[in-house]
Amino acid sequence: MSLLEVRDLTVRFGRHRTVAVDGVSFSLAAGGRLGLIGESGSGKTVTALAILGLLPGNADLSGEIDLAGHRIATLSEQRLSRLRGDVVSMVFQEPMTALDPTMRAGRQVAEVLRLHAGAEAGPARDRVVAMLAEVGLADPERVADSFPHQLSGGQRQRVILAMALINAPELVICDEPTTALDVTVQATVLEKLDQVLDASGAACLFISHDLAVVSQVCDQVMVMLDGRLVESGSVAELFTNPKHPYTKGLVATARLDAVEPGQRLPVVEDFYHPATGESR
Amino acid sequence: MKKAQLVAGLVLVGLVVLAAVVSLFWTPFDPIRVVPGERLAPPSLTHFLGTDGFGIDIFSRLLVGARTTLAVGIISVSLAAVFGVPLGMLAGQAGGWVDDVVMRTADVVYALPALLLAMLLASVFGASTTTAMIAIGVASIPAFARVARAGTLQVMAADFILAARVSGTSRWGVASRHVAPNIAPVIGVQASVGFAMAILAEAALSYLGLGTPRPNPTWGNMLRDAQNYLFVAPLQAVWPGLAIAVAVLGFNLLGDGLRDYLDPRLREVP
Repeated sequence: MSLLEVRDLTVRFGRHRTVAVDGVSFSLAAGGRLGLIGESGSGKTVTALAILGLLPGNADLSGEIDLAGHRIATLSEQRLSRLRGDVVSMVFQEPMTALDPTMRAGRQVAEVLRLHAGAEAGPARDRVVAMLAEVGLADPERVADSFPHQLSGGQRQRVILAMALINAPELVICDEPTTALDVTVQATVLEKLDQVLDASGAACLFISHDLAVVSQVCDQVMVMLDGRLVESGSVAELFTNPKHPYTKGLVATARLDAVEPGQRLPVVEDFYHPATGESR
Repeated sequence: MKKAQLVAGLVLVGLVVLAAVVSLFWTPFDPIRVVPGERLAPPSLTHFLGTDGFGIDIFSRLLVGARTTLAVGIISVSLAAVFGVPLGMLAGQAGGWVDDVVMRTADVVYALPALLLAMLLASVFGASTTTAMIAIGVASIPAFARVARAGTLQVMAADFILAARVSGTSRWGVASRHVAPNIAPVIGVQASVGFAMAILAEAALSYLGLGTPRPNPTWGNMLRDAQNYLFVAPLQAVWPGLAIAVAVLGFNLLGDGLRDYLDPRLREVP
């Protein structure tokens, strides 16, 4: 049985019942790596929040989400919060704002331990420092005692990674975890994520708008457009033989090495026009 | 410059606190005993600020009055904060009808001036320092609720709240561990400004005879007594007025200074 099973998920918002996610179905096996790719506003993050049971109050959800044998929609808030951080966790996009400015970094990681394992302060600190070292921080002791504003973006993103991984969750949702980082830091963080996921055997749902980044971490990938899944398959398949015009555009923009010098760089609109939905 | 404000505020507030503390151990003369032979004496070396219409040393009354002023400020601000902050946080976090009920109720209380509330309480329970404290405290609850709600809304929109929820933190945990420490600075500023307002309100109430009754001295009822001799001994009205001005200015400066000092946008990154 797969770890995460999403069937016909539809999310509507507000009084006008604006559709954010439209009939999305997919499944993710334990230890699998699944990329979810699409432009901003295509419903990627809403899908992730639905899996976590964290949609805002004005959202209307239909369809089914089964996570590790639990049907998300039927769980009470209390049981949901026991799942969150323990079975499923999330890495956020903005390292600048995803840490509480009034709390030392180490304590924020320890908090996740305390909530689920009920760990004592002493041993918790050792585990936190070990975890911070594992995500590639050079001086974990100092980072643990620092406030977020004393850390760089890359350091913060690793602290967030440590928060998501310290309870060895079965599923880690990464919501554009490297978008806010510059390219060199991005590469090292992705590498670390890859290693840590391998070591813990956790499954990963990796959300991004960047096909190149997704291909580094995932083996399967789905393409989302205006709330619908338009294409899915293995990364290699998608790269060599994209079917949907939007995917073709994505692949072309991700493979800048294929562009002849002097030629105009490709844009997605060369392949797919959003207003009409027609290919050119 | 920013720091000067804070320091000036601290000095002025310190003066008031010093006066109150000193009055606990020592006053030059008995602040309530009437001495008919020394009525309306001008300032001299024995009576630094002269005596009032009952022959009581004004300096002694001023010192003791600082005690009432601070007590009313502390108790009414605490009362307002203890009820207002949790209500504001509740409104901000729960949203929906809870938010509406709490904030509309706050609006209703806000529309009721502290003076009116004090008159109401005084007519039912009699004028006393306690009625003044309660009236000012209750009237200040909406201000604290509003500030706390606004702060909470701002904090709740931050990613780290979502991150905390994703880590399995309960709503209560979010409020106590993440929202409260993040809104503490604005509550501190509100407390300081609220303190200044409470001092003014207390002075007004005892001036009107709705606060601390005579013979116990407060700056407000000293002002009222001085009114009778305004043409004979005008200085008498100056002293309590000056004391009130110093205290109000002090707490306002402290509030503004704190706001600048605690503003994260102005905070230096070490």
